[in-house]
Amino acid sequence: MQADRLHFEDFTPGRQFPLGPKTVSAAEIIEFATEFDPQPMHLSEEAGKASILGGLSASGWHTSAMMMRMIVDSFIGRSTCQGAPGVEQMDWKKPVLAGDTIEGQGVVLEARALKSRPGIGIVRMRTELGNQRGETVCVAEQSIMFRMRENGESKA
Amino acid sequence: MRFAELMTIGTRIEAGTLEFSAEDIIRFAEKFDPQPFHLDPEAAKAFVFGGLCASGWHTCAGWMKMFLVYWATESERLRRQGVAPPKLGPSPGFRKLQWLRPVYAGDRITYFATLQASRELASRPGTWINTTLNEGINQHGDVVIRFESNVLEFA
Repeated sequence: MQADRLHFEDFTPGRQFPLGPKTVSAAEIIEFATEFDPQPMHLSEEAGKASILGGLSASGWHTSAMMMRMIVDSFIGRSTCQGAPGVEQMDWKKPVLAGDTIEGQGVVLEARALKSRPGIGIVRMRTELGNQRGETVCVAEQSIMFRMRENGESKA
Repeated sequence: MRFAELMTIGTRIEAGTLEFSAEDIIRFAEKFDPQPFHLDPEAAKAFVFGGLCASGWHTCAGWMKMFLVYWATESERLRRQGVAPPKLGPSPGFRKLQWLRPVYAGDRITYFATLQASRELASRPGTWINTTLNEGINQHGDVVIRFESNVLEFA
């Protein structure tokens, strides 16, 4: 079972993983924003239309969280993931509007062993989502840690 | 009033403190980050974190939440003084986000923001972009999250 999981060694530069698709509802946008980002353009269609975003739109943090869910569903959920140290950059390029369908892919940029933590490697990835209009909505570069295959089984 | 007049460059403001309950951690993770160490206190013991801890994105969203609490109070204070608060808009993104330590169930994170730079957009006069360094510090004084974000401001 553990051996079937994606380990550090499986994340070779250039390897791609599909993300999504997901259709984002107005109710989800409002629910997230009410708890974490209650700004008018994330709470009502009217206020969204009056803003430069052009309609009820998801908080960038919500878009980021949805991207995370796609990453878990695509590959982290069947991997030896050990958490993530951070995100070098996140660009919210276009709004995610109510009713939009977003999808994209993650591509491995670089993979290296961690000197400080034997048996763990760090994988730098570029993850990108677009919408049904062909626009890129969100681009991120982030690092994720995975356990290596060599001592994977003994620790499982 | 411009944002840079209110929050002078280099001055750190305290936005507020958010407690991360186990229930909130699990509720967020079920929707957005269903990994064992964010979902199940028992399963989390087998991982390097050693206990149930919040999704890093939950810690980020907590910063946004507490900054807006601070901002609402600050805007109200300015209005009472007859001053129009800065008009902040959407954010184009962030840089250099580090999740430095886990946020465990029961932790109380105090969030901060420090204005680093404010510049008018050459392509859009009357619109500024403000860069802030944002941090979250737990009840032991350890920095758990740090990132630099940009926010638009309109004249």
